[in-house]
Amino acid sequence: MVLKSREESVSSYDVLIAGGGNAALCAAIAAAKGGASVCIVEAAPKDWRGGNTRHTRNCRLAHDEANATLTGPYPVEEFWDDLQRVTKGHTDEELALMTLERSKELWDFLSESGVHFQPSLGGTLSLGRTNAFFLGGGRSMLNALYITAEDLGVTVHYDTRISSLEIEDGFFIAAETTRDWQTDTPITGRIEARCFVAAAGGFEANIDWLKDAWGPAAENFLIRGTPYNTGGVLRLLLDAGVQRVGEPDQCHAVAVDGRAPKFDGGIVTRLDCVPFGIVLNARGERFYDEGEDFWPKRYAIWGRLVAAQPEQVGHVLIDAKSFDLFMPSVFPPEKADTIEELAAKIGLDPANVRGSVDAFNAACIPGDFDHTVHDDCRTERLDPPKSHWARPLDTAPYYAYTLRPGITFTYMGVRVNRDARMVMADGTASPNLFAAGEIMAGNILGQGYLAGIGMTIGSVFGRIAGERAAQYVRN
Amino acid sequence: MTAIDLAALATAPQQEVARQMGVCNACRYCEGLCAVFPAMELRRTFAAGDVDYLSNLCHNCGACYFDCQYAPPHPFAVNVPSAMAALREESYARHAWPPVAATLFERNGMTVTLALMLAVAVFIGGFVWASDPAALFASGLEAGAFYRVMPHNTMVVIFGGAFAFAIFASMMGVIRFWRAAGPMPVTLRSLWRAFGDASRLRHLDGGGMGCMTENERPSDKRKLYHHLTFYGFLLCFASTSTGTIFHYLLDWPAPYPWWSPVKIFGVLGGIGLTIGAAGLLIERRRKHPALRSGGDGGLGQAFIWTLFLLGSTGLVLTALRATPAMGILLAIHLGVVFAFFVTMPYGKFVHGLYRTAALVRHAHEQASIK
Repeated sequence: MVLKSREESVSSYDVLIAGGGNAALCAAIAAAKGGASVCIVEAAPKDWRGGNTRHTRNCRLAHDEANATLTGPYPVEEFWDDLQRVTKGHTDEELALMTLERSKELWDFLSESGVHFQPSLGGTLSLGRTNAFFLGGGRSMLNALYITAEDLGVTVHYDTRISSLEIEDGFFIAAETTRDWQTDTPITGRIEARCFVAAAGGFEANIDWLKDAWGPAAENFLIRGTPYNTGGVLRLLLDAGVQRVGEPDQCHAVAVDGRAPKFDGGIVTRLDCVPFGIVLNARGERFYDEGEDFWPKRYAIWGRLVAAQPEQVGHVLIDAKSFDLFMPSVFPPEKADTIEELAAKIGLDPANVRGSVDAFNAACIPGDFDHTVHDDCRTERLDPPKSHWARPLDTAPYYAYTLRPGITFTYMGVRVNRDARMVMADGTASPNLFAAGEIMAGNILGQGYLAGIGMTIGSVFGRIAGERAAQYVRN
Repeated sequence: MTAIDLAALATAPQQEVARQMGVCNACRYCEGLCAVFPAMELRRTFAAGDVDYLSNLCHNCGACYFDCQYAPPHPFAVNVPSAMAALREESYARHAWPPVAATLFERNGMTVTLALMLAVAVFIGGFVWASDPAALFASGLEAGAFYRVMPHNTMVVIFGGAFAFAIFASMMGVIRFWRAAGPMPVTLRSLWRAFGDASRLRHLDGGGMGCMTENERPSDKRKLYHHLTFYGFLLCFASTSTGTIFHYLLDWPAPYPWWSPVKIFGVLGGIGLTIGAAGLLIERRRKHPALRSGGDGGLGQAFIWTLFLLGSTGLVLTALRATPAMGILLAIHLGVVFAFFVTMPYGKFVHGLYRTAALVRHAHEQASIK
């Protein structure tokens, strides 16, 4: 029975693509337009297709002029400055500059692929110039790309995982696949192809792999995106001798609502209230300057800060004065009329919390509170200090939110060259192994984060991989 | 944060919409799709009147379901079109006037079918009883043939009365709905804006991508069919009004020649109504299972079938008026018209009024924040 289904499911394509998100779809569309027959294998069921793209909402792209939705020009030079600033130089300059240059083509490419754009969403005005927002968000964008790919004749297999890769000296031959791998009746198959594009994401949903780098603390991490990014394809490629880029313990971690589901909580689990209150650890003690800078510039460090605390948990306490200053949360906060009562509700020692709040309140110096600027409300002689927006917690009711580290993506991946070809351990480029998206983003984003750049890298390298694969097939 | 005061929410559909709005308000990816999400963003709490209002602002284009990262099987189970459709139907019943009429919404398909059958039966019976049976089977070519079957003044009293009642009861419902969402002035500007949005079905559009009915592939068919239905209906109404004016002001009774406005409006309107309603029925069948409203008491089906019968019986009557079938066809057509009038306030017809009212509120809200 097993043998029979094996035989039945041997198939052959010009280009085989692992993954079903933005990078995979851009590669599929580009390859199909280049005349290649294309097959996508997506590990997730159709309802969950698209990896982390389903949680995205915009794409950062360079452009020389404003248009109906982008509010002003964003030259490649400025994009490059931004990238250097956040990566602190951890980037491949040649690849990065090429990516930013080709990001200029993405507006037209995505529009032609059926993607609609809208002005930046409420609360994200700072991105209105630099980032193109997808009308309806990332899942809408994905739907448009899938429709375009299907109309170009691309075959898509859902629920299908790559179980092994046949690669000889950096030359791709075939992939073993497992369909319905989440059921009791998985079906194995074999797909031969002249090119392989790895666009299967990172490994952030692989808790065991995270534990290798982070220790047992990783058990308490929440994964903001898809549970299907378990790094299976990445592992197979590294085992086949592809050069690694990035470190396994590097990941983009933000502080999210501690009540979020283990996977796929996405955007709604963000909490924007940290700058308006104080954050206590499980012992009821403050551990970092909550008012160091505006939240969009700080939320990404709080994931690591919370991860370093006991039990990987933090608790934001605010009072009634600050309640309407931030984006609504998806889960209601704990609420109480006294600090002690609130502490009990969130499982902290009331006396310790009272002590921390009293110390903080006493250290706040009077100032003109203004959450839109770096105001002069700060603490004196307090360690750690709170540099801005420090107001005593003195107005009931009091509210508490729980924070946990939320992993957005991992940086470790495969090295590629400017043709999106994988670079083998000996430094030679593979003729027919390509990579795009999160699995190779570490080449450009070695550390740090710029909103929307994951999609930029995915689309640019997806297109390049698809174009080069089609060229390779033609020759 | 979004506070949801469950105690203030009367019904389960309201609670479900409020719960989903709590997720949506923390996400906001759908902001550009329609009017619902910008209106939602003006609120941090969702009381009963708010969710009724938001649900009636929803045009059920389906785009936000297919675009949603939190749609089932995600545990957040966000399906705004379906939750709002269920609440809309429930809100029609809750605000209906007189309040006892709320029960007519529960099994609306049955209510409307019974009304149709009864009305047609009464008209046929009435014709036989009240007029010369020979007139019932006469052809309707000569002047005044219709009125030998049923005197014009009787027709006007019966239908004028039914129509006046329908308008009054419907408006009472809309007023109750409007008041539940809180006081707000009605300005000319917001009326103008709302009528513009309603007449173009601006929000039945997925924000420019188109409706999503069967799957994530956008399609403009529902919009097209709705336009055919709505403008077909208006043309039929114009035909009847013109006929009344001709009769009383110009002393020119039916039948009218093919080139008269009465005929042109009526025939074009009938065609639009018939094709549009048939198209809408087909689109309903093609709907993705997730978008079929949970509490569907047959409202949509019943209303569209009534419109289809309205258009098609009118067309058949016009086509066969020279034959002995005229009398029976006239009875059937008038029966359908009568049933349509009396069920207007107690069926899907009110969706147009509630939605326009919601659009007026939305226009005013948006104007006052700018």
